[in-house]
Amino acid sequence: MPRRTMIEAIRDAMDVSMGRDDKVVVFGEDVGFFGGVFRCTQGLQAKYGKSRCFDAPINESGIVGSAIGMAAYGLKPCVEIQFADYMYPAYDQLTQEAARLRYRSNGDFTCPIVVRMPTGGGIFGGQTHSQSPEALFTHVSGLKTVVPSNPHDAKGLLIAAIEDPDPVIFLEPKRLYNGPFDGHHDRPVTPWSKHELGEVADGHYTVPLGKAAIRRAGSGLTVLAYGTMVYVAQAAVEETGIDAEIIDLRTLLPLDLDTIVASVKKTGRCVIVHEATLTSGFGAELSALVQENCFYHLEAPVARVAGWDTPYPHAQEWDYFPGPGRVGRALLETMGA
Amino acid sequence: MADAGMLRFHVPEPEVRPGGTPDFSNVPIPKAGSVPRPDIDVDPRTIRDHAFSIIRVLNRTGEAVGPWAGLLSSDELLAGLRHMMTLRTFDARMQMAQRQGKTSFYMQHLGEEAVACAFRKALAPGDMNFPTYRQAGLLIADGYPMVTMMNQIYSNEADPLKGRQLPVMYSSKEHGFFSISGNLATQYIQAVGWAMASAISNDSRIAAAWIGDGSTAESDFHSALVFASTYKAPVVLNVVNNQWAISTFQGIARGGSGTFAARGLGFGIPSLRVDGNDYLAVHAVAKWAAERARSNLGPTLVEYVTYRAGAHSSSDDPSAYRPKTESDAWPLGDPIVRLKNHLIQLGVWSDERHTQAEAEILDTVIAAQKEAESHGTLHAGGKPSTRDMFEGLYAEMPPHLRRQRQQAGV
Repeated sequence: MPRRTMIEAIRDAMDVSMGRDDKVVVFGEDVGFFGGVFRCTQGLQAKYGKSRCFDAPINESGIVGSAIGMAAYGLKPCVEIQFADYMYPAYDQLTQEAARLRYRSNGDFTCPIVVRMPTGGGIFGGQTHSQSPEALFTHVSGLKTVVPSNPHDAKGLLIAAIEDPDPVIFLEPKRLYNGPFDGHHDRPVTPWSKHELGEVADGHYTVPLGKAAIRRAGSGLTVLAYGTMVYVAQAAVEETGIDAEIIDLRTLLPLDLDTIVASVKKTGRCVIVHEATLTSGFGAELSALVQENCFYHLEAPVARVAGWDTPYPHAQEWDYFPGPGRVGRALLETMGA
Repeated sequence: MADAGMLRFHVPEPEVRPGGTPDFSNVPIPKAGSVPRPDIDVDPRTIRDHAFSIIRVLNRTGEAVGPWAGLLSSDELLAGLRHMMTLRTFDARMQMAQRQGKTSFYMQHLGEEAVACAFRKALAPGDMNFPTYRQAGLLIADGYPMVTMMNQIYSNEADPLKGRQLPVMYSSKEHGFFSISGNLATQYIQAVGWAMASAISNDSRIAAAWIGDGSTAESDFHSALVFASTYKAPVVLNVVNNQWAISTFQGIARGGSGTFAARGLGFGIPSLRVDGNDYLAVHAVAKWAAERARSNLGPTLVEYVTYRAGAHSSSDDPSAYRPKTESDAWPLGDPIVRLKNHLIQLGVWSDERHTQAEAEILDTVIAAQKEAESHGTLHAGGKPSTRDMFEGLYAEMPPHLRRQRQQAGV
């Protein structure tokens, strides 16, 4: 089976979707001729023409607002916001328009759009190229929020998102674009070509939205993670020697609560890891759900490891990033060690 | 000589406040028929004056004059008059129903009836409007059932929107009427997106965007003009300048640009101002803009100069911020009276027939109201179910909502 980077897998998902359905259109800043600053749309304009893949003005609310109008017409736009940090001008269109169009019109109009955006830090991107705003989307009724962690899932989830009848926020952990980065920034990253989840089948397949994946089976503790933190958690587990079960949530909303609850009931302990800031982060929701559903099985407090509640700094990036050292300490504390 | 003294902060003020004498002498009103009608493929640079003048067809004596006249038959004009009269009567009854506690909120169109009623007739079936809350004339003029509108206003058991939306936030894809958000200006760029999609699909349908003078200050307005200009989207960009954004006079949004139509000039978009209280002028300019859109000539910006004679909404009291007699002083008159006088002059209408039509329309509206109220009003009779609250957010209800619905006991 061919191995692809996450960038190639995402590109392939759009390529397959555009080939199957001429209602799928792709646009965003630098997305057309150049193929995107991360090259996720490279070659799509040449293959499908300027009506199907084109450059947009630097105007995120305009990109999402026009995509909503296109979706109301009957197209299936898959748009790129160049960095998740740039999505705020589009937040009004996403939260009050895309998210509610089906509901407020009682299905008279619907909004099958996908809004892709690179998320997370670890590339010395500073405050405006590193953010993880997923909780700002999961808090909104009517959106779905997806965070893939590997090329295989990225392709299958993106095709599922494009085919979904409702608006989907597709957050691409940019530090994973070229390999499964585990937080050890001083070591070389294994390329996807050497990782089994870099295997990406040709053609059409989907990974269903709302289904988590167990990346490591274990009995001592449950780690809930998504995106880059899946690999950080794996490194921490290997380095501490704790027999943890690592769940890659893949979709934050709808959430695969059944998989989470079954695991925590089995292990009795839970550590939640995300790169986004701690307070009111998605980990708070996960923590609440775990205690509501697993309280009598818990043998230790639910722990959260997250980005500090500061803006994402530039020089102090690796002090900010919740790396394997911090995660490992939380694992040990939760085990009572 | 340059003034290099202390910097002074400038806040525009309307000419007159409550207690003063209304004065529109600063609003120049060109003579009807005086503004030329260019070809639809005109170079926008050659018609910059159209963004500062006012296209008018009906003159003071009720004649239709000039190059924009002559597009509509007597029967079409009689139908237009009936649409406007129906909308005004509908508004009066629903305003009263709100005062009687049958719904929470209402927004009327008093004085602005010509804009949406005439515009609708310039579109073709399948075209899509992205309206604000003050374009119900689009629905009335397209034959959308008044009972359905009232069911929505009452949020009753027959409300097509299941009680989820504020009164007057209608939605009808079938009638080319995009779901009204209640947010301001968001729909403007969506209309451009819809038009882009139609062009991408090599379709023949066009879109119409709607916005008020106040909301042109929103960034979505700017976004829409950028996208419409860049992609030459087949869209008519409508600005309804009714002089007032709740209590804020139009100068706060307009700033120093002279007119709202002039906003389009920097984008290379042909931009016209039209007498919004002149049914014939509105229709003629809308037709011109729609033809441009359908002929791959791209967007047109149209500013309708009108006056909001009523309150902003049922929650508003205009006497607190403008003279009570200001609407009487408005120099462009009343759209219904003006079309009525024109039809009388054509010999196809009379005061007697007008009075009779008013009575017939009132009967029709009251009958629709009775039927709607048989399905309930906001606080009495049939209403959408609690279960409806949970339905229809997603195509398929996700597990967390199913759990919450169970918790709610429905």
